[in-house]
Amino acid sequence: MDKKVKNKSELMTNKKFRLYSVLAGCFAGIINGLFGGGGGMIVVPMLTNLLRREENRAHATAILIILPLSIVSGLFYASFGNLDLSVGVPVTIGVTVGGALGALLLSKLTSKWIGVIFSVVMAAAGIKLLLF
Amino acid sequence: MECIWYVVAGVLGGVLGGMGMGGGTILIPLLSIFYAVSQHTAQAVNLISFLPMAVVALIIHLKNKLIDFKGILWVIIPGVLFCVLGCYLARAISGNVLRRCFGGFLALLSIFQFVTQIISKK
Repeated sequence: MDKKVKNKSELMTNKKFRLYSVLAGCFAGIINGLFGGGGGMIVVPMLTNLLRREENRAHATAILIILPLSIVSGLFYASFGNLDLSVGVPVTIGVTVGGALGALLLSKLTSKWIGVIFSVVMAAAGIKLLLF
Repeated sequence: MECIWYVVAGVLGGVLGGMGMGGGTILIPLLSIFYAVSQHTAQAVNLISFLPMAVVALIIHLKNKLIDFKGILWVIIPGVLFCVLGCYLARAISGNVLRRCFGGFLALLSIFQFVTQIISKK
């Protein structure tokens, strides 16, 4: 009985897996295009909650998913004349250095407290942009 | 001199981005609140600045065997199609409206992030 239920749920999982994947992609895509980022914030919880990936793997895999979205979005933004290289070049240098550092830290730090602090900073920034 | 402060903003966003935490959700408000960069430009800069970092971070993650390739195209292909739609939506609205929408998005995301972090792991 237990085995049968398990098999059935595994079959469901395979179909659901694709459905959830497509939905996650659509949602992350429209957010990433509209807001020029934040797709990772959609993909990571979807990978961990819906697609049952481990936290660390989800974080790493999210970068591979967001990379093509950011290339395409970046090209469209640039073609719309929104890219200012006097800002873009120094920021890119900073992000590249910081990114390598963050990737090394990922496997060393527990994510809970970073996540909590991060959410508080995000809330403050969000309210500021929304209201002022 | 201004240039150095842009590098500093990038490092802050990059550390979080490299950890897969969505560096853009920090970098974009940082640029628009403290550096008075327009919302559309902040978003464009975020998208571009992520690219070399993503490659560097990916190489490190690949070495740590943290990348999960299974079924990944089911996410990427619809993602690319919908991000084009998102870009045109962003183009269609003013900087002020986009800024407020982005702020609302961040605020919602922060609640979601806070709750899941508190619940998921002890």
